[in-house]
Amino acid sequence: MFWPEILETNVRQDDLYINKIDWLTILIYFALVMIGWFNIYAAVYDEQAAKSIFDFSINSGKQLVWIGTAVLLITVIMVADYRLFDNLSMILYGFFLLILLLTPFIGKEINGQRAWFELGPFRLQPGEFAKFATALALAKFIEKPSFDLSQPKYQLQAILIIMIPVSLIMLQPDTGTAMVYMAFFIMLYREGMPQKYYVMALVFIAVSLLSLGVENNLYIAVPVASLTVILILMGKKNWQRIITLCLIGTAVIAYSYSLDMVVSKLPAHQQNRIMVLFNPDLDPLGVGWNVTQSKIAIGSGGFWGKGYLEGTQTKFDFVPEQHTDFIFCTLGEEFGWIGSLVVVALFAALLIRLVFLAERQKTRFSRVYGYCVVSILLFHFMINISMTIGLFPVVGIPLPFFSYGGSSLWSFTILLFIFIKLDSHRIQLLGRMN
Amino acid sequence: MNENRHSVIIIVIIIVGLILLSKLFMIQVIDDSFLRRAERNAVQRIVDYPYRGLVYDRNDELLVYNNPVFDLMVIPQEFNIVDTAKFCKLFQIEKEELKEKYKAARKYSWVKPSPLIKQISNTDFARIQDYLIDYPGLFVMTRSVRAYPDSVASSALGYIAEIVPRQLERDSAHYYNQGDYIGHSGLESYYEKFLRGKKGAKYKMVNVRGVDKGSFKNGQLDTASIPGLNLQSTIDMALQKYGEKLMKGKRGSVVAIQPKTGEILSMISAPVYDPNLLAGSAYGKNYLKLRNDSTKPLFNRPIMAMYPPGSIFKIVQSLIGLQWGIITPNTTFACNKSLVACHNHPSPVNLFGAIRNSCNPYYHQAFRMMINQDISSNTFTDTQIGLDKWHEAVEKFGLGNKLGVDLPYESSGSVPSSKLYDRIYGKGRWKYSTIYSLSIGQGEMQVTPLQMANLAAIFANKGYYFTPHLIKSINGNPDDIPEEFTTKHDVGVAPHHFDMVHDAMAEALYGTAMRAIIKDITIAGKTGTAQNPHGEDHSVFVAFAPKEDPQIAIAVYVENAGWGGRAAASTASLMIEQYLRGHIERPALEEYVLAGDFGD
Repeated sequence: MFWPEILETNVRQDDLYINKIDWLTILIYFALVMIGWFNIYAAVYDEQAAKSIFDFSINSGKQLVWIGTAVLLITVIMVADYRLFDNLSMILYGFFLLILLLTPFIGKEINGQRAWFELGPFRLQPGEFAKFATALALAKFIEKPSFDLSQPKYQLQAILIIMIPVSLIMLQPDTGTAMVYMAFFIMLYREGMPQKYYVMALVFIAVSLLSLGVENNLYIAVPVASLTVILILMGKKNWQRIITLCLIGTAVIAYSYSLDMVVSKLPAHQQNRIMVLFNPDLDPLGVGWNVTQSKIAIGSGGFWGKGYLEGTQTKFDFVPEQHTDFIFCTLGEEFGWIGSLVVVALFAALLIRLVFLAERQKTRFSRVYGYCVVSILLFHFMINISMTIGLFPVVGIPLPFFSYGGSSLWSFTILLFIFIKLDSHRIQLLGRMN
Repeated sequence: MNENRHSVIIIVIIIVGLILLSKLFMIQVIDDSFLRRAERNAVQRIVDYPYRGLVYDRNDELLVYNNPVFDLMVIPQEFNIVDTAKFCKLFQIEKEELKEKYKAARKYSWVKPSPLIKQISNTDFARIQDYLIDYPGLFVMTRSVRAYPDSVASSALGYIAEIVPRQLERDSAHYYNQGDYIGHSGLESYYEKFLRGKKGAKYKMVNVRGVDKGSFKNGQLDTASIPGLNLQSTIDMALQKYGEKLMKGKRGSVVAIQPKTGEILSMISAPVYDPNLLAGSAYGKNYLKLRNDSTKPLFNRPIMAMYPPGSIFKIVQSLIGLQWGIITPNTTFACNKSLVACHNHPSPVNLFGAIRNSCNPYYHQAFRMMINQDISSNTFTDTQIGLDKWHEAVEKFGLGNKLGVDLPYESSGSVPSSKLYDRIYGKGRWKYSTIYSLSIGQGEMQVTPLQMANLAAIFANKGYYFTPHLIKSINGNPDDIPEEFTTKHDVGVAPHHFDMVHDAMAEALYGTAMRAIIKDITIAGKTGTAQNPHGEDHSVFVAFAPKEDPQIAIAVYVENAGWGGRAAASTASLMIEQYLRGHIERPALEEYVLAGDFGD
């Protein structure tokens, strides 16, 4: 009974396995991969020494190899036994933790980080692959019927699963990749993590941004103090409530003042990255260079774009990391707002489709995993594009399916297609729903 | 309850998408500054400088042309010399200078070209041309500088130099950029917009390191430069050259005009500087030297210097008097030296005698009759009315205002009106006895040598003139010259009044300027002496010839050379002979002028 249906005889047309795969998701995936591939070619294109997009000596040719191998990976995932991922989840998690543990010692040093593993001609980034392993481990844990995220015990367990790889990645140190793991909190929200944590986090982020953004922290202190007073006056007048509100108000104000102090203690390059976010013109040729040039490239695209291979900013190296983390610049410059609209819409459509798929899962394991995929992709998509248009500090994380590089394409492909595989078997997994 | 949370997540996804698209819309569609910054980044505009128009003389002899010079450029990244000593010898550059220039080039850019040796001459370039190939990273950029084959007519031609901030400010069309060349004086300045042509531009793309990445938009936006128009000047090269030779070692002006057209045949400001001094690499050094020279070679005397017209003005007084009917050729006055000093001559004199003998008291008395016509019983008011009427008549002779020659910085000269005396003495507090020195062209009157030459042309034409000008045709087309140069100006004196003046001027030579007489050519002339409070008087002579059919009108000023009958008259006479005959038959007179010793 565990044979894949495709091998069974006498099946009705709608019982065909091929019809159970969500082709819409796969279509969007390939659309993004191909648009990405064309943009990588544009980013490295040199009119005076024009090479074919298939030329293996340039990055577009290499990306084609990554795409080809990704298709192989997809095939492997799709023909593998669907129970494999459930069964192997903890083993995979353990395996990648081990790799991550080793990476700081045997990894290749690039830009002061040891985040890469060298395997012959290939360079792989274990931090990228550990994402799907962590997602599987989370799914496996949360799958248990007793796992109730409203209870602190289980909250801690979930956070622990996330924080182990994060702390190992911080040893490399690769802040960008580590940050991505915070995305799992989106999944935890769906699975019942108390809402107040998220409200608090949002307040915390808002206060942080405001206190860094405004010149004088009085602009925060006065409204917060006033709000506290109003809340005290409006509600019940019991001492416990008044004291709590006062403490919270004081804490927020104290935090906003201390943040500036903490920032001034940060290493200079991190401090600059934060300050440039608020004012990129502070240092347009230095720290602000990436953001400034990236905005110029995208901004110069206009509504319709300059046309394919007609961009000047990315092609002539004004934007650094143009084929990897800043690949969106090429798109923005050559295809303008219309091109950006198409890609943003494709991502949004993919994410919403994945939420829909996750919700229709019959097992909690699949649903949790599906939300992990949504979380990771949403985070990458949001942060990567935000940083290229100056909405977020420059963080070295790729745009899923788009950016050049084997590690990133492979890890996102594996992440996504395990879910597509699980989804295609959701009927068989029915019995295990709780 | 957790089941509803998926909608929150979907809303978050949509909000994230909308925020990104809004921000993208802001920087891509609304804010266009990024497009400009992108072009500043990647598109480099290379100006294609046009070929500046040439200037020819009236006989199509070349006065100004463009001489190619070569700048040796270096790209530090590619530059590599094995044998520095050999290189220095070949390119004639000091080792220290080479080091310095190379250092500066490296500092400017590792990959962009910088000048290593500027303005290599044609001959030097020919010598090094073949060796260039041995030195990677070196190439030659061709530019052109102005050159003057006969080194003449600097005061008329002017010069070009880098644009100065004041000129840049006035350039409302924003044609010029810092470092562009522009005419600074003379014809180069006046006809700048014809001569300069139109700059072209090439757009090329550069990468972040400034390396050339080919043409922008396949050269669609590139424009070719349009060469400037050639000018033909009215200058007669041979006459100009001869005049400059005569004026060598002297200070002063010579202006010769073809009276029938107003064309300036020759214009000399002495001391004359070589226009080649202000062309090319030595401009800076030479300009300072000329500017600081105590003899002021850059001061364009024919149009900028002002002197009292002196005795020559008596002819204008005679003509106005005749026209007004105040005097007739037969009006006679005694040479009353108690009124104003005079030299010894028969007395009394009629008008002819007054011109011939330059009799001061005659004009003192005639001018009083012209000014005080008893229109008002108040002598002060009467003088004022008379003076203003006279002022109007004098202005018609092209005096007191800029003539409008096609050169910048022309002086207007000065002819006093009642306003001037009101300012000096107060209204109603001056009368004829205050202003009588005007009668003999002294006092508050000032004229430029050009205005004097124009007076000679008016006499020659019997009552009209064309604004003196230096342009004969633009791009081979005589009809394209500015309209004001083909407009006839009438001075308001009937032609027949000039007949007697012509005779008197021709006769005057025998009294005051014997040296100026040429056999077979009748010259009508008048000497003058411009009083100089700072030293010896200036020698002045105006004339036209031949009297019967005037072809040339001339004014000569020789500063500090005393009486007009000697230096100025001799020079003018030689100029007339040169122009009308094409050669000189009086070597002794030429000797005399060249020697420049005009003492008694």
